[in-house]
Amino acid sequence: MVEQVTHPLSKYLRADMMPHIWCPGCGNGIVLNCFVHALDELKTDLDKLVVVSGIGCIGRTAGYTNTDSFHTTHGRAIAFATGVKLASPELEVVIVSGDGDLFAIGGNHFIHAARRNIGVKVICANNFNYGMTGGQLGPTTPLESLTTTSPYGNIEHPFNLVHLAAAAGAIYVARWTTLHVRRLTQSMKKMMQKEGFCFIEVISPCPEIFGRYNKMRTGLEMMEWFKKASVVESFSDPAKAEITKEKIVVGEFVDTQKLSYEKLFHEKIAQINERSIQ
Amino acid sequence: MPSKRSLLTGAHFMNGDVACAEGAIAAGCRFFAGYPITPATEIAEHLSQRMPEFGGIYIQMEDEIASMAAVLGASYAGLKAMTATSGPGFSLMQENIGLAVMTETPCVIVDIMRGGPSTGQPTLPGQQDVMQARWGSHGDYATVALAPSSVQEMFDLTLEAFNLAETYRVPAMLLGDEIVAHMYEKLVIPPPDKLRIVNRKRPNVPREEYMPFKPDEDLVPPMACFGEGYHFHATGLTHDERGYPQTSSSEAQQKLVTRLCNKIRKNEDKIIRVEETMLDDADVAVVAYGIVARSALSAVRKAREKGIKAGLLRLITLWPFPEKRVAQLAEQTKAIVVPEMNCGQMVLEVERKAKETPVAFLSKLGEEPHTPLEILEEIRRNS
Ligand SMILES: Cc1ncc(C[n+]2csc(CCOP(=O)(O)OP(=O)(O)O)c2C)c(N)n1
Ligand code: SF4
Ligand SMILES: [Mg+2]
Repeated sequence: MVEQVTHPLSKYLRADMMPHIWCPGCGNGIVLNCFVHALDELKTDLDKLVVVSGIGCIGRTAGYTNTDSFHTTHGRAIAFATGVKLASPELEVVIVSGDGDLFAIGGNHFIHAARRNIGVKVICANNFNYGMTGGQLGPTTPLESLTTTSPYGNIEHPFNLVHLAAAAGAIYVARWTTLHVRRLTQSMKKMMQKEGFCFIEVISPCPEIFGRYNKMRTGLEMMEWFKKASVVESFSDPAKAEITKEKIVVGEFVDTQKLSYEKLFHEKIAQINERSIQ
Repeated sequence: MPSKRSLLTGAHFMNGDVACAEGAIAAGCRFFAGYPITPATEIAEHLSQRMPEFGGIYIQMEDEIASMAAVLGASYAGLKAMTATSGPGFSLMQENIGLAVMTETPCVIVDIMRGGPSTGQPTLPGQQDVMQARWGSHGDYATVALAPSSVQEMFDLTLEAFNLAETYRVPAMLLGDEIVAHMYEKLVIPPPDKLRIVNRKRPNVPREEYMPFKPDEDLVPPMACFGEGYHFHATGLTHDERGYPQTSSSEAQQKLVTRLCNKIRKNEDKIIRVEETMLDDADVAVVAYGIVARSALSAVRKAREKGIKAGLLRLITLWPFPEKRVAQLAEQTKAIVVPEMNCGQMVLEVERKAKETPVAFLSKLGEEPHTPLEILEEIRRNS
C-alpha cells in the first residue's frame, strides 16, 4: 500500500480546480507559489483572507487560492476590493492581477486607491503584454518590443510601475522578478503585515507569447535575462528604476506608514457617535 | 432630540432624493459608493452625512464603474449596498451590473433619469433609460426595476428595491426622474417596527458542503459572505454550482443563464406591482409610470367627468413588465394610450401584448411631463 501524502501547502490551493490554465514556463505559478509560502510563513488566518483578481492569465489566481475569492470584470479588482475592505476592515484583502488589468483598463482605480491609502495589497504579475488575449501590447511593453499589435516594434513609452505607485501614495512598493523567489516571498510577508495601500510588481515570464515574439522562446531564456540584468538597488529613486534589456532594477522602493482610509473613516464614525451620545 | 442613529419616523416636507436616501437607511443599507451627478447628487450628499451616523460607509469613488464595483465588494462583505446616478453614470455602471447579475450580488442602483442621450439635459427630467435598465449590460438576464412617482414612493420603493435585491440576489434598480427627485412633498416615515425588511437567505449547511451557486426551489442560492469561513469562489465567468469557471460547457451556460432569467420570470407574480384606477369598465386604458402617471391620473378623471370610460394602469414595477395584466386590458379596451418622456420605450412592451388593440403613443421630451389636457386629448381621440 502506498501511503497517501498531501503537500504541506495544498490547503492553500483549490486542488479540484487543477489543472491550471497556465503554459509551461509561465511565471504565474511562481507568483502563486511565493504567495502561498508567504501565507504559510505568516500563519495567515485563511478565514479572514480574500483574494481578488481581474481578468487575464494571472487573473485566475483568485480561483486557485483556497480562501474566499472573487474574479471581477477586467480592470475592476481594486475597486471591488475597496468595497470589501471598507465594509469589513478586519479582512486581509489581496489583489493579484496583471499589468494590463491593473494599469491599462484599471489604471484609474489603481492611482485613486493608492492616493486614498485604502488598505488593500496589490501584486502585479508584469509580463509586458496581454497574455490571455494572445499577446498584444500593453502599458508596460518595452519600447521596440514586438507584440501581435506592435508588429513593427512598440513606439509607446511604458509605465514605470514602481515610480507610479510611489508617486500615487503607496506606503509600500517593491519590484522583484520571478527569479527572486525568497526576496519576493519576504516582500509579500512584509506587505501583508502593513496597514495601507501596498504594491509589489513581479516581473514574470510569458515565454509562450511575449518571449516567442522577442527571441526568448522558453521560460528558462527569460529567466536568464532576469538573472543577467537584475540589479538590487533597494530604496533607490523609483523614478530611475529602469527595465531594459541590459538592466532591471529591483528591490524595495518605499516602506513608510500613514493612516489608512478605512482606519480614518472608522475613527470618524466613532467620533460622530460619541458626540451624539454626549 | 432624537438620537442620531434613529430613523426619521414621522411626517416631513422633503425632496425625493433625500427621501430615497432615508429609504435606503431604513432598509438597512450601510454602504454607499457613488460619483456626483445631477440630478442624483443630493442622495450622495445626504448619505455622506447620514451613513456614518449609522456606522455605515460613504465613499466617493473615482467614477461610476468603480462605484458599482465597490458596491458589489461591500455586498459580498455582508453589507446592504447601493449607488445612485443619472444616465451618463448609469451607462458606465452597466459593466458591473452584469457582474452583479452573474455573481448574484444583491445591491440597489438608483438612476435619476434626465434628458439624454449623452450629457443631454442634466437638470431636466426624462424616462429615456427604461430599456437600458432592462437590457443595458450585455448577455441575457432579467432583473427588477421600480418607478416611483412621488416623494413618498422614493422612500417606499427604495426600501422595496432592497427587499427585492436581497430576496432574489439581483441588482435592483430604482428609476426616478428629475422631477420626483427634486420636488418637495409630504413624506411619512413609519416607525421601524412597521417596516418590512428582508435580508438575504443564509446558508444552512455545514461549511464544507456549501455550494455558493446551488439554488433552492425558488431558484435563488443562499448567500455566504466573505470572512465567514466558507472559502467560496465567485466569478463573472460562466460557472457551475461550486462557482468554478465552466468556459467551454454548453450545459453549464444553458443551466446558469436560464436560471438567472427564470429566478425573476418564475417569481414575477410575487414581484410585480401596479396601481389600477377606474379600469374595471374602461374602454380606454392609459398605461403610465413615474411623474407622467400623475398627469395621466388627472387626465383619466377629467375624461370620466366628460363621460369617457377611461382608466389608468400605473406601472410601479417596470421590470419584470406586467404583461399578463396588459394583455387582459387589451382584450377589454378599445385602445391603450401610453404617454412617456422618451421616443417610445415601454410602449413597445405594451404593443407586444396588445395584439389587435390599437396603442397610441404620446411622446414628450424636455422640461415638462405631459399636461393632463394633452393626455385627455389623446384619450378622447381614441375613445
Ligand atoms: C472590458 C474587457 N475588455 C477586454 C477584455 C479582453 N481581455 C481579457 S484579458 C485581457 C488582458 C489581460 O492582460 P494582463 O492583465 O496583463 O494579464 P495577463 O493575461 O498578461 O496575465 C484583455 C484585454 C475583457 N475581458 N474585458
Ligand atoms: S500566455 Fe503567457 S502569461 Fe498566459 S499562461 Fe501562457 S505564458 Fe503565462
Ligand atoms: Mg500581462
